[in-house]
Amino acid sequence: MDDDIKIGVYVCHCGHNIADVIDVEDVAQRARKSGNVSVSRDYVYMCSSKGQNLIKQDIMQLGINRVVVAACSPRLYEQTFQNVLRESGLNPYLLQIANVREQCAWVHEAGLQATEKANRLVHGAIRRVSHHSPVEEQSVPVFPATLVIGGGIAGIQAALEIANSRHVVYLVEREPSIGGHMAQFDKTFPTLDCSACILTPKMNEVSRNPYIRLMTYSEVTDVSGYVGNFAVKVKRKARYIDEDKCVGCGICQEKCPWSTASEFDAGLGMRKAVYTPFPQAIPNIPVIDRERCVYFLKGKCRACEKVCEAQAINFEQEDMYIDLQVGSIIVATGFDVFDPTPIVQYGYGRLPNVFTSLEFERLCSPSGPTGGQLKLVSGRTPESVAIIHCVGSRDKNYNAYCSRVCCMHSLKYSHLFKEKTGGEVYQLYIDMRCAGKAYEEFYERVQGEHVHFIRGKLASIAAGVTDAEEDNLILTCEDTLLGNLINISVDMVVLCVALEPRHDTEQLSHILRLGRSHDGFFLERHPKLDPVATMSEGIFVVGCCQGPKDIPDTVAQASAASARALAMISKGKMEMGAITASVDEVVCSGCKVCNALCPYSAIFFDEISNVSRVNQVLCKGCNVCGAACPSGAISTRNFSTIQILAEIEGVLA
Amino acid sequence: MALITPFQEAAALVREAGGLELDQCYQCGLCTGSCPWNLVREFPVRKLIHQAQLGVIDFEAEYTWLCTTCRSCVQCCPRGVDIIDIMKAMRRVVAETGVSKVPDSLWLAVSNIAGSGNPLGQPAGQRGDWATPPTKKAKTDSGILYFPCCIPAYEPRLKKVAQATARILEAAGVDYKILPEVENCCGESVRKSGHENLFQSLAQKNMQAFSNAGINKIIVNSPHCYDTFKKEYTELGAEFKVIHIVQYLSQLIDEGKLKFSTEVKKKVTYHDSCYLARHNGIYDEPRHVLESIPGIEIVEMPDIKENTLCCGGGGGRIWMDTKKNERFSDLRLQQAKNVNAEVLALSCPYCMLNFEDSLIDFQGAVSMEIKDIVELVCEGIA
Ligand SMILES: Cc1cc2nc3c(=O)[nH]c(=O)nc-3n(C[C@H](O)[C@H](O)[C@H](O)COP(=O)(O)OP(=O)(O)OC[C@H]3O[C@@H](n4cnc5c(N)ncnc54)[C@H](O)[C@@H]3O)c2cc1C
Ligand code: SF4
Ligand code: SF4
Repeated sequence: MDDDIKIGVYVCHCGHNIADVIDVEDVAQRARKSGNVSVSRDYVYMCSSKGQNLIKQDIMQLGINRVVVAACSPRLYEQTFQNVLRESGLNPYLLQIANVREQCAWVHEAGLQATEKANRLVHGAIRRVSHHSPVEEQSVPVFPATLVIGGGIAGIQAALEIANSRHVVYLVEREPSIGGHMAQFDKTFPTLDCSACILTPKMNEVSRNPYIRLMTYSEVTDVSGYVGNFAVKVKRKARYIDEDKCVGCGICQEKCPWSTASEFDAGLGMRKAVYTPFPQAIPNIPVIDRERCVYFLKGKCRACEKVCEAQAINFEQEDMYIDLQVGSIIVATGFDVFDPTPIVQYGYGRLPNVFTSLEFERLCSPSGPTGGQLKLVSGRTPESVAIIHCVGSRDKNYNAYCSRVCCMHSLKYSHLFKEKTGGEVYQLYIDMRCAGKAYEEFYERVQGEHVHFIRGKLASIAAGVTDAEEDNLILTCEDTLLGNLINISVDMVVLCVALEPRHDTEQLSHILRLGRSHDGFFLERHPKLDPVATMSEGIFVVGCCQGPKDIPDTVAQASAASARALAMISKGKMEMGAITASVDEVVCSGCKVCNALCPYSAIFFDEISNVSRVNQVLCKGCNVCGAACPSGAISTRNFSTIQILAEIEGVLA
Repeated sequence: MALITPFQEAAALVREAGGLELDQCYQCGLCTGSCPWNLVREFPVRKLIHQAQLGVIDFEAEYTWLCTTCRSCVQCCPRGVDIIDIMKAMRRVVAETGVSKVPDSLWLAVSNIAGSGNPLGQPAGQRGDWATPPTKKAKTDSGILYFPCCIPAYEPRLKKVAQATARILEAAGVDYKILPEVENCCGESVRKSGHENLFQSLAQKNMQAFSNAGINKIIVNSPHCYDTFKKEYTELGAEFKVIHIVQYLSQLIDEGKLKFSTEVKKKVTYHDSCYLARHNGIYDEPRHVLESIPGIEIVEMPDIKENTLCCGGGGGRIWMDTKKNERFSDLRLQQAKNVNAEVLALSCPYCMLNFEDSLIDFQGAVSMEIKDIVELVCEGIA
């Protein structure tokens, strides 16, 4: 073996964790007898600063140039010990960890055999580290602009956070206006503040902030590149209105003779073919809906063009594609609501006065189809309502998960209904889930308003026949606390429908290469310790596109993700893992087997040289390609055949 | 208030007897709300499940024997609990441990099946008597078996259904076989009423008989035989195919092998049986067959297809007494009357028995023909 190699071996006691099972002194002593080992020590906590200093001193004073640490899993402290090497002037990859805790002490009984196994693991590491050579670390520059997809409260919050620190944000929103679902609500739980009053100022800020490039009526169609440097293609759908000329007077909407159901009013109200979805829309520039506009459908009309004094109407406009360069991407596309039509027993769509929660929000809203007055289809004010929880949630036939916000918004509805009509309110719930700051208190407050709580899942709704001008609704359900079947007769029913993944989540997940969890929402990197990052470096998920949540949690996530994006920008570069694969072009036969296997799409095929190549930024060093390559052309740094064979020989020796 | 203590041993018995999903229930009460019993009397399904979870089960209660296995509750249970399995398991505990008594009439039917292979207690040797004149069909070497179910084989009204079936099969030129000497009750209600060992032995006997006779396809009249052969025998290793007569007729019509010659000028409503519609998703074929008969006008009742209203005969209930004002079939007959149907068309022998009884219950207040689909088809090809 190479005479210049001087190995230091450090055996950790991990308090009692390792030392109670393994004879650590014996391991240290035996290590000393291996070739090239200049020093070996055992210490109670190698990861402590004292432990780290032991290694540092040996490197500086004894000229140690390879290090083996026998301790816990490399997942925990490999980086710490790499830093020790780095700080002592040694390349951090001249380190090998022998995992004698998880792979030995924790899985064996104390005794000679455990110590023997530890010895062998350490011996393997010693053999292996002799073959280590310095590995250059790579970093990529971070382009200091950020893309935010979706302009609901999540996207608005994220965009503002970043723009307020004077970095460019592209905010791409599919609809004609930002605002998302929150813009559709009247009041918000648990404080009952007016949704528009807290949202509109933020929307205005978005339109004023010079660092935000707002693109509404737009969608991301393609993303390539990688963290620090994504290339993004955005489709800007033609508005048929010149954004520079439009003054937002609204005369076009007034005069347009063609109406259709308003999406913003959940189909309860009407809008024109040229429209802004709601009065506070940002930007306050209408769009012409070419699916509804009679000029587009039949070739005649152009009424809006005649009345627009600013001459902003432009039927010649075309869809545009814009290329953007950004360093990171924040996905904030929110949720869709569940369509309860398949639950035929509930009669949604068949029985009048059975509404969804979103429809009820619009009925309560002063900007809604009834001007904020609760009305039945007949125009009469309802005298009673039943609010049904868990419609499409906590139900294996639809969505098994809990939608998290419905218990709370049903309490909100109870209050609003009482306030607006003074009528009777029944809540049909399975479990009340009011976990959140001031949420239980809100529950108690609403109870005090004489709301009837019935614990049971609604079985069916039937139209009752009465003398009144319209039928009432008869609900059947088991009151599980009484153990009786009960019939409730009400004027109105509100179905609190589940929050579901956006219908096009699959498509977006392909564009962004994002994973999805079993419930269909975007998958976070770690459910507890990294809830806003994803497995795709530099792409974050916030708000309801990651799972159902309320506004406070949504805003918190949005702020968290923007902090992450800003941290990357302020550092200016991203350190990439140095352990990556590379292809020996001379050996590569060009069979392409590896291309499809790479889980990170890091391998591309060079048609000119007829060989596969690995993108060093995208590669995560998993070595799937290396294992599959029939020609043995691929190797991953620090996982060379020689190194692995040396380790195996060491263990078996 | 009565003081109770959880009794895990009893809960364990139910789990072992097949009530595996017991613990998944979160007590929402949707099963109670969707169970047809609660249209006519109290049946606290959710509460029974909670009692089973805690092992505080009153095995002596009438409740143990009520479930008709109609599957309304299972279909909508948000936790996917197979409530029928739990009901079956509770019955099995009674039948196997004797903690309580099996209802007399059910006990009689089960003993009859054990003794003579049919619930009516008729001599095994007369199982083929429906086929008069004695059919040559026992002799062919066809792999297709027509299995009429015990009731059409013996019961006077239902015999006509078996005979009609045979006539149609012959008219369509189907080469089939019958095995009255060796076949036994399929054991459906035996198992649903908790008599697992008897079910196993019936299944083994039948499977042996079918395989000795080289059977690879079975045509059945009863949705209950259909479900049992298709799901439960298959689980035990059976390899034959099963087809319900309405499916088969639908195929024969599509293939042009069954031609209608006579108009059947009647207003017909079809009652979906639980075991065809809800248990097996078969509800288009019977409608297709009816539509194909010239002259028939179809009217639909409110509760159809997978939301059908049970007649009350499943789960062994057909062998138990149901009080006069607690019969679902009465409600259903009323529905048929409300849509002005002249004929109530069926595809299940149990339904037929129940509806014939209901007609009597109404004492002439409802005039309605109760017919199996095969009888209507038979009229159409006459
Ligand atoms: C009926 C109801 C009542 C509620 N009431 C309350 C309440 O009182 N208090 C409370 O705290 N929470 C409430 N919530 C929860 C609240 O709605 C959410 O927490 C919040 O809306 C989440 O915001 P978001 O930005 O993640 O999603 P969203 O509000 O859904 O916004 C997403 C945005 O992204 C856009 N978008 C989607 N896909 C794309 C794409 N591919 N490209 C570009 N843009 C796209 C959408 O158009 C939308 O503007 C309620 C929820 C419901 C259903
Ligand atoms: S419907 Fe299902 S979850 Fe609900 S009480 Fe019945 S068994 Fe339990
Ligand atoms: S299967 Fe039918 S009868 Fe039995 S409990 Fe469920 S709904 Fe009631």
